[in-house]
Amino acid sequence: MISAHRLTKRFGEFTAVDAIDVEVRRGEAFGFLGPNGAGKSSTMRMIGCVSPPTDGSLRILGLDPATDGPAIRARLGVVPQRDTLDEELTVRENILVYGRYFGLSRAHVRAKADELLEFAQLTERANSVVEPLSGGMKRRLTIARSLVNDPELLLLDEPTTGLDPQARHVLWDRLFRLKRSGVTLVLTTHYMDEAEQLCDRLVVMDGGRIVAEGSPRELIALHSTREVLELRFAADDHAPYAAKVTDLAERVEVLPDRLLLYTDDGDATAAAVQRRGLQPLSVLARRSTLEDVFLHLTGRTLVD
Amino acid sequence: MSAVNAIARALPIPAGAGLARTLVERNARAFRHGWVTLVSGVFEPVFYLFSLGVGLGALIGDVDAGGGRMIEYAAYVAPAMMAAAAMNGAVFDSTFNLFFKLKYAKLYDSVLATPLGPRDVAVGEISWALLRGLLYSTTFLVVAAAAGVVHSWWALLALPAASLIGLAFAAIGMSVTTYLRSWQDFDYIQLALLPMFLFSATFYPLSTYDESVRWVVQVTPLYHGVAMMRDLMLGDVAWGILAHVAYLVVMGLAGLLFAARRIERLLLR
Ligand SMILES: Nc1ncnc2c1ncn2[C@@H]1O[C@H](COP(=O)(O)OP(=O)(O)OP(=O)(O)O)[C@@H](O)[C@H]1O
Ligand SMILES: [Mg+2]
Repeated sequence: MISAHRLTKRFGEFTAVDAIDVEVRRGEAFGFLGPNGAGKSSTMRMIGCVSPPTDGSLRILGLDPATDGPAIRARLGVVPQRDTLDEELTVRENILVYGRYFGLSRAHVRAKADELLEFAQLTERANSVVEPLSGGMKRRLTIARSLVNDPELLLLDEPTTGLDPQARHVLWDRLFRLKRSGVTLVLTTHYMDEAEQLCDRLVVMDGGRIVAEGSPRELIALHSTREVLELRFAADDHAPYAAKVTDLAERVEVLPDRLLLYTDDGDATAAAVQRRGLQPLSVLARRSTLEDVFLHLTGRTLVD
Repeated sequence: MSAVNAIARALPIPAGAGLARTLVERNARAFRHGWVTLVSGVFEPVFYLFSLGVGLGALIGDVDAGGGRMIEYAAYVAPAMMAAAAMNGAVFDSTFNLFFKLKYAKLYDSVLATPLGPRDVAVGEISWALLRGLLYSTTFLVVAAAAGVVHSWWALLALPAASLIGLAFAAIGMSVTTYLRSWQDFDYIQLALLPMFLFSATFYPLSTYDESVRWVVQVTPLYHGVAMMRDLMLGDVAWGILAHVAYLVVMGLAGLLFAARRIERLLLR
């Protein structure tokens, strides 16, 4: 579906995407995970054929974006990071008009609009103008709109950012259904849980480069331990405490507000900490996540 | 609208999918929600015709339309008003409206994610400006004919002629708009339009000017629009009119290509 080799995007002197290699296969859900400014959106825009690569090669659906842009875009669905809904039109018209941009017949887009409004749970708001809709509704409309041409490949740039937890779960459910129906998904996100839930495979980006690649399971197995023990102490600086527990875990990360102890058995490590006579304010043993992988790879947290 | 697509395909660069008509359709839909602007476009030239042509014309009396043929002043000035209205309408549509869509509504960010390319955007927006212009000029022609200031069947060709003026100015207006940074910059456009409106042999013949400055007037586009329009509406048609047509066609197509390039440059980074 997508094949990128040493794909590079520079804005003037600044390199936003630095020679990345990516292969996305038909039918899979592929994720770009990374902090602000990692180059996720820049990459998505190149894949969406709205931003010419500065260097490297890129083929989408077997075609070259430089020469076959319109033909490729005809088969893509795009959900940009910021909603670009047409505020001069109603909810329903947004889908109708967008479908017409793909050269689809009026009858076809009318039928499609009804189906997609249903899918996005916006049927009641069909004739409302776009402006007063809530953020979650706008996002759902943007996603519904992107499906009007029955895309083979759906590009979602931070599909759930800014949504409340319930709205996120509704969206995830919709995306699952699309994936089951054979649509290839490519998405970017800041959220580890989203990546773990939705992605078969993902790459972690940082500063325009790919720093790790694999399935969520593989990445955790490779770059982290099975469990993590979080310790919070009544102190501004957690570094001194790290020295006292460093031998109890495979690895210890010091965050501004807590210590992370990487271990295969969180409860056993917690018990060992207690035996040392240390008195943390709070102790939490949890399963390792992609956040830990990211922290290990870049020395920084993804969000917060 | 197949003519639109033919134009879209005929131009070599930049990319497009020949779907410009769908953007026209989009504008027509959006327009239904805000048709008030139409009114000013229709009435502006009509007001000019009556205040300047009929009102002022009563003081002036008949004028020499060239070759010693005397006609009433309103008939002399009506073609110029039609040409100026075609210019103003096209410029308004392709500057204010385009600027809003480009900078605030971010309309083209979503449009360019579909098969449509920058060329479709340029062709679509200009076609839309022309369609609206056609409505204005048709109304004007009907009013002018009813007021008895149209003297020739050639005047029917004033409609396509108005579209041609619209094409030339919409294309340039669109190109200029891609350089504007804020609403204040629109004053520069007014600064260019007003003198053109006043001095393009609109209200009096070119021969009024001294020989040494005539060429200045003759290089401006509105002069050619007015001259073409006046020949048609006064039924004074000769081969020379083709020079005016050629000037405007070249300006329109060059402007269209340039506008498409600029949109590509701005949005497809
Ligand atoms: N059009 C542009 N001109 C100049 N610099 C740009 C442009 N677009 C992006 N950048 C820069 O490229 C870098 C990567 O931006 P990008 O939007 O791809 O990051 P991102 O991973 O999507 O971040 P976020 O999570 O904040 O959306 C940033 O430093 C950004 O400032
Ligand atoms: Mg982004």
